[in-house]
Amino acid sequence: MENTYIHDHEIDILLNDVVSLYGYDFSEYARASLGRRINRLFALDKFPSFAEFRYKIRTDADYFSRFVEEITVNVTEMFRDPSFYKALREEVLPVLATHPFIRIWHAGCSTGEEVFSMAILLQEANLLHKSLLYATDINPKVLEKLRTGMFPLSQMKQYSENYIASGGKEDFSKYYTANYERARFDASLSKSIIVSTHNLVSDRSFNEFQLIVCRNVLIYFDRPLKDKAFVLFDESLEKLGFLALGSKENLKFSPVAHKFRQLDNKQKIWRKIE
Amino acid sequence: MEENRITHLTGLIVIGGSAGSLDVILRVLPLLKTTMQVPVIIVLHRKISEENILTELLTAKTNLPVKEVEDGDVLVGGTIYIAPADYHLLLEKQGGLSLDASEKINYSRPSIDVTFESAAEAFGKKLTAIILSGANADGSAGMKIVKQHGGICLAQNPATASAAYMPQYAINHVAVDSILNADEIAAYINAQ
Ligand SMILES: C[S@@+](CC[C@H](N)C(=O)[O-])C[C@H]1O[C@@H](n2cnc3c(N)ncnc32)[C@H](O)[C@@H]1O
Repeated sequence: MENTYIHDHEIDILLNDVVSLYGYDFSEYARASLGRRINRLFALDKFPSFAEFRYKIRTDADYFSRFVEEITVNVTEMFRDPSFYKALREEVLPVLATHPFIRIWHAGCSTGEEVFSMAILLQEANLLHKSLLYATDINPKVLEKLRTGMFPLSQMKQYSENYIASGGKEDFSKYYTANYERARFDASLSKSIIVSTHNLVSDRSFNEFQLIVCRNVLIYFDRPLKDKAFVLFDESLEKLGFLALGSKENLKFSPVAHKFRQLDNKQKIWRKIE
Repeated sequence: MEENRITHLTGLIVIGGSAGSLDVILRVLPLLKTTMQVPVIIVLHRKISEENILTELLTAKTNLPVKEVEDGDVLVGGTIYIAPADYHLLLEKQGGLSLDASEKINYSRPSIDVTFESAAEAFGKKLTAIILSGANADGSAGMKIVKQHGGICLAQNPATASAAYMPQYAINHVAVDSILNADEIAAYINAQ
């Protein structure tokens, strides 16, 4: 058992290597889940010892990219938590509609299911033509997938149910064409999406938005790093802009909490009031 | 301050269950004394649609505070925590609770193994892991790790479980400390 387990102090060593060699700093990620991911990868790739695992990460940049991909969690869905999307439709989009131009930031968007869901909402509200969706993530691999605009066809039944539960009235299948195992989403949706890597740990604010969506990303950060991200979002939001978090996340204890007011709909959407 | 929290807790109880375990929990909760010192975490397999109902249901059965875990919560003694549907629940060494939406384990999210394992690492000997009724092997691998860290493992008596597979699987694969029925589980928690 001993040699198949990476201990806390070894994780510190790895994270030090990673930040000094590759510039990615995972030291302020929530340790329990990060430790589990690292141990999972170590077991999956059948390393005989910590030393060999460490050597591989230090010397093989391709393996390092696998490391990033595997220790970050990329699970996502279209219209994940339909009631959240319903609240966006009913309470946020009507406000955004009053702007001549709409900028939305999806921070930690993974493979983009969330971004395409938003594009569909905007299209249905007739706002997509004046919107730009900035889709960013730390992991270039997931963004490559996003750029293809294709998702597994096998998921479409679930997504279509989510879409209907979110208040969608169209036939969901009109948004994609089936292509073997994949559903290719309409180019009219991807046209408004700008894709770029952005690391919430080390990169700065790059624009001002009316809506920032960052769901199920901050759960992987420890408290001080969450707080840093909240400050970054605050700096990147217009006054009266909206911040949307995942269903189990909360702005309540953050240093910028007093500048925001949660919408009354029980969803995790806050409005910047000052 | 958070750093010290965990040392203030005399222990932690994590209860895992699947099919048929809700009945047991509904029987145990009313028997818990409101003077309970330890935090209790409940990890239940369920459909997402049952989400809010579960917390409401459990709240109605006890005068102890019941809380569905949100990201960033820190353990407080005498509180009952529910792992939210569709997230794994992990324990940080400082006593913080963190959530993780990664792949299902044993077809389950939350997975009992994940919580048992991280609780074992954070709480060592101070942890008691309890496995209830269910038709899944989830929990046993985690219990092995609980034992390696010196914690205590209890299983519901399979004869009293509406789905015996899960507690029986744990009994067959882990040196559990005791096999108990619902009343005895409540008495055990009250004695902590
Ligand atoms: C679970 S996914 C969330 C996807 C989507 N927002 C959702 O809720 O369905 C988490 C994403 O956060 C990204 N991530 C992790 N650390 C990050 C960082 N420091 N900066 C930007 N993105 C990060 C991961 O690469 C992953 O794609």
